[in-house]
Amino acid sequence: MTNGWIDIKNTDMMLIEGGNPAENHPCGFKWAIEAKRNRNAKMIVVDPRFTRTAAVADLHLQIRTGTDIAFLGGLVRFAIENSRIAKDYLVNYTNAAFIIRDGFKLPDDGLYSGFDPATQTYDKSTWNYAEGGDMSGKAGGGTAVPHAGSHGQDAHAAVPPALPENVAYDLTLQHPRCVFQLLRQQYSRYTPEMVEKITGIPQDQFHKAADLFTSIRKDGDTKKVGTIIYSVGWTQHSSGTQTIRTAAILQLLLGNVGRAGGGVNALRGHANIQGATDMAGVFDLLPGYLKVPNPNDTSLDAYLKRITPKPSKPGPWQSMNYWGNTPKFAVSFLRAMFGPAASKENDWAFDYLPKVDRNYSWIQIWDNMYRGSVKGLFAFGMNGVMIGPDSKKNIEALKKADWLVVGEIYPDETSEFWKSPGITPEEMKGIQTTVYRLPCAGFAEKDGSFTNSARWLQWKNAALPPPGDCRLDQAIVAQIFLKVRELYQKEGGKFPDPILKLAWPYGDPHNPSLSEVAKEINGKALADVTDPATKLVTKAGQQLPSFAWLRDDGSTSCGNWIYSGSWTEAGPQLARRGTEDPSGLGIYPNWAWSWPVNRRVLYNRASCDVEGKPWDPSRRQVWWNESVQKWTGHDVPDFKPDSNPKEHLGPFIMNPEGVGRLFMPIGAVADGPFPEHYEPIESPVANLLHPNQSNNPVVEKLKTPLDKYGTVAEGFNIICTTYRLTEHYHYWTKNNPANVELVPEPFVEVPAELADEVGIRGGEKVKVTSARGEIIAKAMVTRRIKPMMIDGKKTYQIGIPIHWGYRGIAEDEGRTAHTPTNLLSPTVVDPNAFTPEFKGFLVKLERV
Amino acid sequence: MSQATLRVQKISGHAGPIPGEGMQREDQVCKLVDTTTCIGCKACEIACQEWNDLPFAQTTFDNTYQTMPTTQWNFWNLIKFNEQPKEDGTMMWLMRKDQCMHCADPGCLAACPSDGAIVQYTNGIVDFQQDRCIGCGYCITGCPFNIPKFNPTTKKVYKCTLCSDRVSQGLEPACIKACPTGCLHFGTKDDMKDLAEKRARQLREHYGFENAGVYDPPGVGGTGVIYVLHDATNPEAYGGLPANPSIPWAVRLWKTPLRWLGNLAMLGGLVGVTLHYLRFGPKTVHNGESEKRS
Amino acid sequence: MAPTRRDFLKLSTAGGVAASILGFDLAPAYAEMRALKIARASETRSTCPYCSVSCGVIIYTQGDGAKNVTPFVVHVEGDPDHPINRGTLCPKGSSLQQDILNERRLLKPQVRRPGSDRWDDIAWDDAINEIGRWVKKSRDATFVEKDAQGHTVNRCEGIAWTGGCTDTNEFNYLVVKTMRSMGLCYIENQARV
Repeated sequence: MTNGWIDIKNTDMMLIEGGNPAENHPCGFKWAIEAKRNRNAKMIVVDPRFTRTAAVADLHLQIRTGTDIAFLGGLVRFAIENSRIAKDYLVNYTNAAFIIRDGFKLPDDGLYSGFDPATQTYDKSTWNYAEGGDMSGKAGGGTAVPHAGSHGQDAHAAVPPALPENVAYDLTLQHPRCVFQLLRQQYSRYTPEMVEKITGIPQDQFHKAADLFTSIRKDGDTKKVGTIIYSVGWTQHSSGTQTIRTAAILQLLLGNVGRAGGGVNALRGHANIQGATDMAGVFDLLPGYLKVPNPNDTSLDAYLKRITPKPSKPGPWQSMNYWGNTPKFAVSFLRAMFGPAASKENDWAFDYLPKVDRNYSWIQIWDNMYRGSVKGLFAFGMNGVMIGPDSKKNIEALKKADWLVVGEIYPDETSEFWKSPGITPEEMKGIQTTVYRLPCAGFAEKDGSFTNSARWLQWKNAALPPPGDCRLDQAIVAQIFLKVRELYQKEGGKFPDPILKLAWPYGDPHNPSLSEVAKEINGKALADVTDPATKLVTKAGQQLPSFAWLRDDGSTSCGNWIYSGSWTEAGPQLARRGTEDPSGLGIYPNWAWSWPVNRRVLYNRASCDVEGKPWDPSRRQVWWNESVQKWTGHDVPDFKPDSNPKEHLGPFIMNPEGVGRLFMPIGAVADGPFPEHYEPIESPVANLLHPNQSNNPVVEKLKTPLDKYGTVAEGFNIICTTYRLTEHYHYWTKNNPANVELVPEPFVEVPAELADEVGIRGGEKVKVTSARGEIIAKAMVTRRIKPMMIDGKKTYQIGIPIHWGYRGIAEDEGRTAHTPTNLLSPTVVDPNAFTPEFKGFLVKLERV
Repeated sequence: MSQATLRVQKISGHAGPIPGEGMQREDQVCKLVDTTTCIGCKACEIACQEWNDLPFAQTTFDNTYQTMPTTQWNFWNLIKFNEQPKEDGTMMWLMRKDQCMHCADPGCLAACPSDGAIVQYTNGIVDFQQDRCIGCGYCITGCPFNIPKFNPTTKKVYKCTLCSDRVSQGLEPACIKACPTGCLHFGTKDDMKDLAEKRARQLREHYGFENAGVYDPPGVGGTGVIYVLHDATNPEAYGGLPANPSIPWAVRLWKTPLRWLGNLAMLGGLVGVTLHYLRFGPKTVHNGESEKRS
Repeated sequence: MAPTRRDFLKLSTAGGVAASILGFDLAPAYAEMRALKIARASETRSTCPYCSVSCGVIIYTQGDGAKNVTPFVVHVEGDPDHPINRGTLCPKGSSLQQDILNERRLLKPQVRRPGSDRWDDIAWDDAINEIGRWVKKSRDATFVEKDAQGHTVNRCEGIAWTGGCTDTNEFNYLVVKTMRSMGLCYIENQARV
């Protein structure tokens, strides 16, 4: 979330799409209800179903799953055509005025410039700003675009294209190649007629929603604010990242980012996956969103040069380009990893880090295990068989592994893959995988911190010891690691150095205390460090006050730079419990600690106009204080604290441009600088914008015999989406009698009209089949999903909750068919986030 | 009241005056249920079961999100789900928390022949005292909301206590505390009425619900649980909330003009037979299964 | 079915039950309540392990921390001080007691041997020894020091780590340290899916 849970109460307008927060985040959703109760705020819900969230919304539109870019693109068009935009914000805080290179092409035929069909990738060199300067009012016939800097890019393929330092721009936004005009052109195709044909949302309803959402900018109003709230209903598509980008574009157009009650708010689905992303629980990151090194990074310098951006902006503007500090974060991380073994002489042990040459994401693990190259798997609290996609493939993959180590608190499907339904005793004998199932500690038995969706780090305390012979997770991993280290010490082996030299400075090495680890993550001074501005000193051995103290000379160590400030000399900031909220905006600055530097709303400089005055004085967060020549306020300014507004320093300090990106230049995304509607990989219709390029062109399909994709021609004529219920939590509460009581059995939500066609009555068993597998569950016949007209053709959607598998209370009692929902889902992922397309695929539905 | 006891103002099956009646004042407590902000999450259902340590029931899928058709002896708090089509082709999904209404004029208490098995505290909570319950089930007949439920094992009747143990210790009821959206609220009856009326006005003025209003039925003297409804003219749509609930006539009869008969043991059986007929004879079941299709 | 604890409720007055029934007593009638079950329980503040709202919860455990007591959970309720949930909990948060005290919990290490149709118990030390041995074997077999271009890559391609949604930040950091130092590239988490 750019903002936070409580901040939702400050909004005037909510667009909730790709998420069902009443279902999945009830306690956070209270702040949406508060906005309605206290501000008469309006709520628009766009979802394939009439959900629990829709039940309390002011307007619900039923959308065909996977067509959100078409809907949002329609909103972008509506906002521009009706001048429901924040003009000053747009010109000054986004790249609307930036001029794009000649040679860049919009995807009228479904492809941007630079596509190579052989590799299914783009050459992104035209996706860039033109070098130049002020072109305001010099638009002419659209030919006066300077080409400086664009030459020769293609000839040096190994050198990635870079952003120009001095960007060409037109503050009148009239230049035909300025971002704003290209944006207008791009979404001019997303007419209400087209939106209706693609999404199934009738034009009058679309108009109602568009008019309502953009009404906050009616007649030039800049005080009101709207928020967009989404979740994995957007992420879990083959164009998930671009859907979220469209929302960001809309919010930038309306000037809603950085403001109380605004923002683009991702509701993360789990207690600590925000933290897991921050801490690089994913293959392509190191802690604090540092990019992983690749084989071309032949030295630390080469690596840092590649990942450290340079400012790119109109000449008179300023850009803080905070990522310019990357070397400090990276060297401090290496010092935390390898301690004294990381020295200037050995490039801070840069070669101890594995160099990542390709995609190692979730579905690749299973694909390569199935192909035989992944021999062993650790699964700690991660039920990969249930999660899928294509559970069957994951089971088949595990059969080929040498070993599997599961750390769990309940018996789960992954640890028992070898006795999953359908495996005969004979076949079981042939499964050679050794499986260890280690009993872990539950949440109440562990301390440590979770990071919530609002980026708050909160320390929790252990309430009781783990039962039986269970061990703490950190003890188990420490003991396995120390055993491996011992083996390499005794016997040698492949490149043992990083294992032998990993810093392991914990009081009890076999059971590290998490408070020690938290302090290591925050970082400390290894030598006395002086702040050049204030002359304050952090002495060697002391905890660092914040990441502003990090150095690239080895004098600081820090496990994760964005968490620096969470556990300082003043103690654990992440355990604070102050309940004061002086602004009344729900900031609670003394409760826990949020990254970065306890800032609650990101980009909050943009909550003020160019002069530094809040757009809405009744919701002021930070502002420029002329008398003290400083930014001040209720929140921590997301800005250089003493930057006078006259300097025109951009409010989006993490971007090299200093402004928000309507146009995403060069390498940031794989599939286009503007979002374009592409059909889900399995879709009942061809793309109505460009039938010859229906799907996202850079999305790859996997190629083992198990990776099958269905079509309408093969009889898979119904759209299926999957989701959670508020009564259950993923694959966990099926072990909990209370939650099993609330919803005891798996079911399939079927539109009443479809049920009539197929001859199904509520409560009867149905079979749902995809190209990959089939499941059996009872039908819930409902009017909450209606048939849709897609390009004039009657189309049905059904929905299936994901919670049941082959181990659980109901499962063990024989009350279910033992068919995990993800037997159905396809092995295809978004090309940017590598998240599978769980939310839209094709099935057939039959009576059992 | 911060002690482990609660003062009583009405006692079932009790001859003569209530000891100490009218000697002290106390505010009426009240739950406010705003159905327009209920998301049917069932947090209240589990909070109730957990706080009261009620054994979990075995349920079966029944073509609805509703946990079970009606409240049970071990399930005192149930969200009723109803899909409600609107004239413009759109729909509403109504969710209403069903539980004991804690009537000011409780039909259960009026019907109960056992001295002290049902009491009403001075704060308005209607509570069953199972050690005095004789299992006759007349309270079930007396209730216009179909709330008290018989446990065939213990031969006693159970229902929501409005967490009288928590309330007596200065805490809010468990369901109220849990409610994620704040559609549940707890306070004095006067304050809750005020809050409810304000919310209903907001719904009329800003959200286009012309018939929004408050449900506090006078037929049972008003209730200790009041609802805000989008359409107060049609409470039946909310899982069979009765439009004009009242205490059944036979219970009234037994309770008022014929009450002295109850003190005469020899006629007690006759009354019992009458009530038994009422209990097990004709009886309306509000089963809230409106999502069920056949 | 066992009677619930409400069965022990007593109706009493200062003058005794008989007086109350006869109705001659002017002292107010009281119904005795069951005691508040969390009155003397220990309170621990924690965070709900389910969604990303991060509701504050109070875990009530029996016992006052004395040495001879193994605490057990008697109740879990929302933390009213927590600014986001303000004491509220959803149906999953409300049932957390059942998650902690659950008869389905795994309580001992187990192993399934190749070709076997059952779980066998295994001592912790043996499990750790065997797993360490597997890791070394797979790592040594699949480690790549230099790629085809001759670039140093130092990666292990044969082992994958998948982490869960309730792993703490500190635990995840230890995973990054240990797994990256062993050369793993396949490090993924619920955060991806």
